[in-house]
Amino acid sequence: MSLYDPESILSSIAAAFPEITAATLITNTGSSAQHSLLLDKKHAVAVAVFLRDDINLRLDYCSNVTGVDSLKAGYLEVVYHLYSIEKKSTKPVVLRLRTDGREGDTVQVPSLVPVWRSCELQEREIYDLFGVVFTGHPDLRRLLMWDAFEDYPMRKDYTSPEEK
Amino acid sequence: MGKNFLAENLPETTVCSPAEVRPFYDDFHGDLMEISMGPHHPSTHGVFRMDVTLDGEIVVKLKPVFGYLHRNHEKIAEGNSYFAAIPYTDRLDYLCSLTNNWAYVHAVEKLAGITVPERAEYLRIILGELGRLINHVCLVGFLLNDLGTSFTPLLYSLRERERMLDLVEELTGSRMMCNFFRFGGLRTDISADWLARLKGYLEGLFARYLDEQDALLTGNEILLARTQGVGVLSPELAVRAGITGPMLRASGVNYDIRKVDRYSIYERFNFGIPIGAHGDTYDRYMMRMLEMRESVKIILQAIRTVPAGEHINPNAKNRGLRPKAGESYARIEGPKGELGFYLISDGSAKPYRFRIRPPSLINLTVLEEICIGQTLADTVVILGGVDIVLGEVDR
Repeated sequence: MSLYDPESILSSIAAAFPEITAATLITNTGSSAQHSLLLDKKHAVAVAVFLRDDINLRLDYCSNVTGVDSLKAGYLEVVYHLYSIEKKSTKPVVLRLRTDGREGDTVQVPSLVPVWRSCELQEREIYDLFGVVFTGHPDLRRLLMWDAFEDYPMRKDYTSPEEK
Repeated sequence: MGKNFLAENLPETTVCSPAEVRPFYDDFHGDLMEISMGPHHPSTHGVFRMDVTLDGEIVVKLKPVFGYLHRNHEKIAEGNSYFAAIPYTDRLDYLCSLTNNWAYVHAVEKLAGITVPERAEYLRIILGELGRLINHVCLVGFLLNDLGTSFTPLLYSLRERERMLDLVEELTGSRMMCNFFRFGGLRTDISADWLARLKGYLEGLFARYLDEQDALLTGNEILLARTQGVGVLSPELAVRAGITGPMLRASGVNYDIRKVDRYSIYERFNFGIPIGAHGDTYDRYMMRMLEMRESVKIILQAIRTVPAGEHINPNAKNRGLRPKAGESYARIEGPKGELGFYLISDGSAKPYRFRIRPPSLINLTVLEEICIGQTLADTVVILGGVDIVLGEVDR
């Protein structure tokens, strides 16, 4: 088992945070078998700092941040793909954060910009297109749509003004 | 003007105490000027805007403004089949559609577990590196044009791009919107004659262009003065901010996905990765010049060793592809940096989530940091060195 397999990362997180369940494994049934770790929102920043600074893992590079709308399950997800530039890891380590719901105060997740600066524009894009509010983001504004725009076009239940 | 302004005629209350007297230029010095550069500015390489705050001629604040070319590519792709998204990827970074095609089919192949025949891998590498050459030729030309070298280097570069686009057009039927990659291989086979002509061109005219460009410009005093020490990016910040591609390597970080991931069959080729030392615009320019020579090496090795065989996996389904439920993230070393696609399948014929990791956008994360303290004219050069295409930034 390689160091960057989700199972071994899960066990190193469990070793670093023994008293809490900070992450759970989500299996991917597809051909790529890229499994992911669902982080607990309360401890997400601490776990991210651990993953970045741990001398064995050194996941210093957050490559990709994606918003996903799980309409049927009733929440939004933010997916982070991490690599280590220092250790030259080849497989992505996939982290997930889930909002409690899709409306109002429930669409909050902690921002990981303080840990990986590369999330800055990508989290802004997710805020813009999905309406996920990143608490602790230094500059949370719309990125691609104009400021007066009100809806979130990447959500699965979005209808454009022409269709209404 | 009948009034007498002599001091003895002024009322007493206007006399200031010495502590309040300040030199008149203090306020003047503190005035900042805000300039909106773009979206219709030729040096922004498209419709990109920068809100620049200047102190005299020095940049003190810079806020990039995006979205002028946004057409929500991801949403369009989520409403279409997997196959129908290939031509849309041409329109991301429209200077090198070949590598965009490659990144997307690479992700779908990973998602659906499709294998690629040996010959197709060789041909993909030839086309991918040709795409890199086309991109870098443009970059070098436009960067020098941004410096004010009024057209000569740009025309030399575009002349070479035309020659390569002629070859691409003959092969794919289109100069820029190639739409040539398919799941499991390529749309058509490539003839030995075409490969021989590509080889002849790279060894002849293109090699001469590189030497000419180096002799004319690489050591040029004005180019050195305008680019060395301009827009310096430290390796620590580059890694933290997710900078990839030639810009990351110019800062001295040895990270090339062709070497790290060894996707496709890159491990069979002998090529070097140029690494910069200073992280300034000159190093970014040099990365492109040196990378072009390495790409030529790769293409010539591939043409020499390309085996006979299938150009596409005959069992790979393109139309009506329904990958089983799951997700995949796949990335390649695009000419501008890490180009990745993240796909989630719910088992239907359309991707549930289709995400592009755009290197051009993420490389702009540090634009403010590397522009602060430089002059306004330098921001144009720095932006030219970052290498953005707005089709990919805004998607």
